[in-house]
Amino acid sequence: MSETKKYKKVAYYPGCALEGTAHAYNRSTKALGKELGLELDEVDNWNCCGAMEVKNIDPKIQTYLSSRVMSIAANDMGHDVVMAPCNGCYHNLKKAEYDLSHDEKSKQVVEKLSAKAGHETYKAGQIETIHALDWIKDAIGEEGLKERVKKSLSGMKIANYYGCMYTRPRHIFPEKDQGPGSESTTQPHFMDDLLEAAGAENVDFPLKTACCGGAHTLSDSDTSTKLVLNIIEAAEASGAEVIATECPTCHSGLEMHQIRAEKVLGRKTNVKIVYFTQLLGLAMGLSPRKVGIQENISDSIGLLKEKGLT
Amino acid sequence: MPIHEKNLIRPENISTHDNLVMDGVDVSGDWSTFIKTRVVADYNEELQDEIAALPGGEYIHRCWQCGSCTNSCTINAINPDFNPRYWIYLIRMGFESELVRDKDLIWQCVSCNKCTSACPRDVVPEAVMKATAHWLERKGYTKKSSSTVFDEVFSEQVIERGKIEDGEVVMSFFNRTGQKLTQPWLIEMVKRMIKGLPVQMLTMMGLATVFKPKTRNWGPARDAINDYIEEQEALLDEKLGPSVPYKAPEPAPTQIPAE
Repeated sequence: MSETKKYKKVAYYPGCALEGTAHAYNRSTKALGKELGLELDEVDNWNCCGAMEVKNIDPKIQTYLSSRVMSIAANDMGHDVVMAPCNGCYHNLKKAEYDLSHDEKSKQVVEKLSAKAGHETYKAGQIETIHALDWIKDAIGEEGLKERVKKSLSGMKIANYYGCMYTRPRHIFPEKDQGPGSESTTQPHFMDDLLEAAGAENVDFPLKTACCGGAHTLSDSDTSTKLVLNIIEAAEASGAEVIATECPTCHSGLEMHQIRAEKVLGRKTNVKIVYFTQLLGLAMGLSPRKVGIQENISDSIGLLKEKGLT
Repeated sequence: MPIHEKNLIRPENISTHDNLVMDGVDVSGDWSTFIKTRVVADYNEELQDEIAALPGGEYIHRCWQCGSCTNSCTINAINPDFNPRYWIYLIRMGFESELVRDKDLIWQCVSCNKCTSACPRDVVPEAVMKATAHWLERKGYTKKSSSTVFDEVFSEQVIERGKIEDGEVVMSFFNRTGQKLTQPWLIEMVKRMIKGLPVQMLTMMGLATVFKPKTRNWGPARDAINDYIEEQEALLDEKLGPSVPYKAPEPAPTQIPAE
C-alpha cells in the first residue's frame, strides 16, 4: 500500500531551535510537507519543551512544559497527532507521555501546575507524538516517494545519523522494536528507507546512534569535539559524502565541531552535513534555496551541483 | 570492611623506604613497596537518601551493580575514570570521601541515555549522575560546573518567557563563565554561517535578539513553575540542609614556616 490516510494533517510543534539555529530544518520541513500535500497546523502559542537543560533543574518541570504543548494541540485544537521534527522536542513529549502514564508524582505535579497556569491538564493517551521521519514514512511511504522523485539522489553516498534522543531510552518509545515495519532503537532505519527511496546510496555507517555530545556542546567543548570528530571520521571512512541529520542539536553540533576540530585540533574533514528534509525536498525537485541549503554552515552547494540537484 | 577497587594502589597510599629493616630482614627499595593499611571511618549512612532526595536520584536504590551503565557509557569510552556504576556503588556504601575525589568528573555526563536504555533495573543512571553532580555542588565540594551554569541560563529564559533565543543563551553562558566570544573557531563558524545568507534572514536573526521570542500569556505558567521550584527548594533544605557555597581552597603558602 503506497498511500494511507494517516498523518495527512497533523499538529506541528517546531520548537525553539527551528526558529533559531535550525531555521533550515523548519523551512525544509514545511516546504517538503507542502510539496507532498501534507498539512501542518502549528501548535498555537507553544512553549519550549525544556530541551536537555530544564530536566537537570527538575525533570517534573520538563514534563509539565511538554504537557502544556500537548494539551493545546489536543484540547484547544482538537488534534490527535502532534509532529515534532526536533529530536529534543520529540523525545521530551514522548518522555512526558511515559511519565504521565507511569509515574503518579509527575501526574500530580502536572495537574497542579496546569490548574495554576489556567489551562486544561493534558492526560496520557490524548495525543500521539510522532517524529518527522514517522510522518513522511507513514503519510507518503517509500513507494509514494519513489513515484514523486523528480531529481534522484542517485550517486549520493549518505551516512544516516540519528543521534541519541530519537531512540533512547527505549522504554519511552513503546511503538519501536515491534518487529518488521517498526523502527528499531538499536539500528534505526526510517531515514535510510526514505533516502533510499529518493535514490540515495546509504553507506554502512556504524555510528547511527552515537552521541555527538550535544548537551555539552558549549559547556564541555573539548569532549564534544572528540565525539563529533569520531562520528564524522567514521562517516568518511564508510565512504559517505553527506551525513543526513534529523535533529537540530546534532546538526549544529556536527557543523560547529567540524570547524572546531579543524581550528583547534588541525583535523580537517570534508563530509557535508544536511538535514534529511532538505535532501528529500531536493529529490522532489525543490530548489536548494527553498529547502534552506544556504542557511547551513556546512557548505554543500558544490556537491549538490556536482550531483545535478541544483 | 568492604574491599575497595581503587584506593589500594593510589600513589599516596604507597610507601617506599631507602633503608628499612624489619625483623632482621632488609626490606628497603622498590621491591618492598608497602601499601598502607586503610581504615575507613567516615561512612555517610545518609548518602543514598541524600542523592535520592534530589530530582533524578529517586531510583538509585534499585541498582544491583551489573555495570551495564558503565559498559554502554559514551564518556567512559573516552575517559575510563568516568564510571557511573562505581559512583552508584560508592553512594550506596556511603563512601562520601571517595565520591568527592571525582567531584570534577561526574558533571561531564552528556545525557546520551545509553545507560538508562541499557539498565535492567530502571535506575535511570543518567538522572542519578545529574543528581550526584548537583549534590556535590550543593554541599560546597565543588563550584558550579559549566554544565550547571548552562542549564541555569537556559532554564531561566524558558521559565521567564516560555521560549529561548539561541543567541541570548550563548551570550549569557559565555558571559557567566567568563569565556571570550573571540575564539578563532567561533569566529570561523560565524563567518561560514553568514556567508550566503540572504539579507532578509540576517535581518530576521537580528530582530530576534531585540524582540525576544516569547509565549503569549505565559505569566500564570511562569508563576506556577516558580512557586513549584520554591516549594521543592524548601523541601530540599529540610532534607539536606541549606546549600553550602563553594570556597576555593587557599593557595598553598609559598614559604614553609620554621618549626
